Amino acid sequence: MQNVLEMRDICKSFPGVRALHNVSFTLRKGEVHALVGENGAGKSTLVKIMTGVYEKDAGQIIIEGKTIHFRSPQDAQEFGVGTVYQEIMLCPNLTVAENMFIGRSRHAFVNWKQMREKTTRLLDSLGIPARPTQQLSSCPLAVQQMISIARAIDMNCKILILDEPTSSLDEEEVQKLFSLMRELKSKGVGIVFITHFLDQVYEISDRITVLRNGEFIGEYEASSLPQFELVSKMMGKALDDVSQMKKMKKYGPSTYESSEPIFEAAGLSSAAGVKPFDFAIRKGEVNGFIGLLGSGRSESVRAIYAADKVTGGETKMKGKKVKISEPIHAMKLGIGYLPEDRKGDGIIAELSVRDNIILALQVLKGFFKPFSKKQAEAFADEYIKRLNIKTASINTPIKSLSGGNQQKVILARWLLTHPEYLILDEPTRGIDVGTKVEIQKLVLKLAEEGVSVTFISSEIEEMLRTCSRLIVMRDRAIVGELSGEDLTESDVMRVIAGGGK
Amino acid sequence: MTMAKIKAHGFHQVVLPLSVLLILILINLIKGADYFSISIINGALYGNIPNILFGASELVILSIGMTLVTSSSGGQDISVGVAATITSSVFVRLVLNAGQITWMTILLAFLASCAIGILIGAFNGTLVAIFNVQPMVATLILYTAGRSIAFLIDGKLSPILANNFTNQIGSVIPGIPIQTPIILTFVFIVLFVIFLKTTNLKLYSETVGINPKAARLNGIDPVRIKLLTYMILGICTAAAGFIAVTKAGRHDSVNLLKYSEMDAILAVAIGGNALSGGKFSISGSIIGAYTIEVLNRTLLRLEVDPETIKAFKAAFIIILIVISSSVVREFLAKGTKWVRARIGGAEQIQAAGEADAAVISNSDISEKK
Repeated sequence: MQNVLEMRDICKSFPGVRALHNVSFTLRKGEVHALVGENGAGKSTLVKIMTGVYEKDAGQIIIEGKTIHFRSPQDAQEFGVGTVYQEIMLCPNLTVAENMFIGRSRHAFVNWKQMREKTTRLLDSLGIPARPTQQLSSCPLAVQQMISIARAIDMNCKILILDEPTSSLDEEEVQKLFSLMRELKSKGVGIVFITHFLDQVYEISDRITVLRNGEFIGEYEASSLPQFELVSKMMGKALDDVSQMKKMKKYGPSTYESSEPIFEAAGLSSAAGVKPFDFAIRKGEVNGFIGLLGSGRSESVRAIYAADKVTGGETKMKGKKVKISEPIHAMKLGIGYLPEDRKGDGIIAELSVRDNIILALQVLKGFFKPFSKKQAEAFADEYIKRLNIKTASINTPIKSLSGGNQQKVILARWLLTHPEYLILDEPTRGIDVGTKVEIQKLVLKLAEEGVSVTFISSEIEEMLRTCSRLIVMRDRAIVGELSGEDLTESDVMRVIAGGGK
Repeated sequence: MTMAKIKAHGFHQVVLPLSVLLILILINLIKGADYFSISIINGALYGNIPNILFGASELVILSIGMTLVTSSSGGQDISVGVAATITSSVFVRLVLNAGQITWMTILLAFLASCAIGILIGAFNGTLVAIFNVQPMVATLILYTAGRSIAFLIDGKLSPILANNFTNQIGSVIPGIPIQTPIILTFVFIVLFVIFLKTTNLKLYSETVGINPKAARLNGIDPVRIKLLTYMILGICTAAAGFIAVTKAGRHDSVNLLKYSEMDAILAVAIGGNALSGGKFSISGSIIGAYTIEVLNRTLLRLEVDPETIKAFKAAFIIILIVISSSVVREFLAKGTKWVRARIGGAEQIQAAGEADAAVISNSDISEKK
């Protein structure tokens, strides 16, 4: 079959980071080619080079036999590269037809009638259930997604890049999108499909390219690559190596197995779309939610803390039934939560390190009982020393600290409340190795002191090092639980990939 | 960091309004050296300074409340002047309806007008906090309707407060050498500062203004805090309306505190506060409010035609805002560096550079540890 796009030995560096190193990618006419990899694998960098957003440092891009150098997204568009991003980049308050044609006319005047007719034809040919005069925001999300695809295709596109198009769609909508993709495939469009949902990869893709840490791992026929092998390729461990890995020393499960659970949840679900799940953690236990991105691991802990709206289920603290419908309820019960999105959910950027540290404890103490300046400074000093936070002073705004130190400040905020149960969602993401180890050690020390910790990390080794029990998630549901002997990398990956256990 | 530096950090925000204030005073002194002179008329102090403090009373109080809602909701309430007209119309109505006026009736009527102020604040706050209406749009409703409502409460044009008590509140109480509105403003500021010191209002509203999502995850209810700040602003409007109407001696529902909302917003901005919310400095806003009053009076003193005074004021404010913008500040910082390099010679720069390098290598070492 004919190649519509060939990328050879693409390299791209950003200051201090090598984002892509000798990555190759080929797209054939009329195929769906999945591009997979964990966070930071280089997928989005590669896509941005394909679409002309970034310029490559080295390598070749060949479209239909010609070597091409994109200087801008407009360049790429003219060569027939169309892109649909995860978030819909259309104008919700314009009509469907306007959205299809916006920014494409070279004339000062618009022929509305012609525009509507063209839109109708295109929508009909793709079977998209929308009217040209309808306001875009009145269409369901999936239809909006399809309209942005239609817009891309209408611009004479031979290469269609779909960057996580399904993440906000429900199952039925995904099927609609897939049938549209099949339709386009039969018309000879080459489709690059990026997603975190492996089931979807297998459902629609012909071939799969795996990236990891900016390197090209391989290109495979989807039909000849079992799912657990794909997972191991994404995570970077051959299964044979894994099974031979030495068992890590675990903090004796015997110490807590007999004790009552400190926190229990039954049938808990949230508006963020996590399916009802049961969960329990004992005093001094460190457990973790593990799964690929989008598996629902963060949504689960957010449901426990009521960070997202809780839609059902029961929770118990130390055997007593409790209602947690707002984060403050969880805090009052002695639960702490370090959010995954440090910038969006964690730090109060303009406030000082001191205010950021005392915030949670101050809220617990009450509106009418502010800490004295001296007391607040003493707290801040204590934790800056204890966690070795590098800051010019306690009055420095937290935003001017490095990512790792910001994370330590948020950690300090929760340690200061002396929680009985601490939830840490990706506490080590984007942090240098030294700080990572410090945080891992801290978690184990907290557990020794009797604090229960739920730990989430994208790095499987880190999870195995710190957790004594892992809850495995896939497609927003718990699919398995591993502890003791089963806690090996290969077992974990088998369950993640759906090999069953 | 040394103590001096830390203090300078908070001080930085009020440097600009303070220096503007100084420049204005300087202009006044050039115009006439008797600027600071104070005379005693009927046992009370009069002169430029007392007049400024007297004239700025309502604006100072309004700008305090405006600072709070700006911080928590990242927007401004443009109905404050109108809201003050409504609260003061309630006050006037209650005072006039009372058979015999005593200090007690005045106090009760004032408290009732405060309650109305809180209600108005709750109304605006509900639109902003619960229905997520942009503050300026939400308060536009009352801005449009408010003066008519005040007129309805008045029942007629400009009811007159002809009694000794309100006259004394609006001017001087015999035996006290300072005009009453000045005292009331200071009392208000003191009470407000005490409230700030004994609660977490500042921390909470800054947190909500900077990052409402994170605020919620730390147990702060952004809706409640926004509502609270609007209700406090309601009390501020009641206090400002009270002072304004006692000063005027009659309730003119059309012109009372006209355009004061814009001046209050301006005071917040001149005070170095971001109108997009978050961190705030009350002292900045208060200085900002007095600065505006001084500016008004300076223009009058310079015999600028009252008809054109607004244009001059606008020009002055544009200069002020541009100077305080980060673009100019960075440019000035670069400029001073360049000038220093030319005048101070290479030696100093080199020494400074070495000191910098030493600091960096030190932190490098500690980083590696």
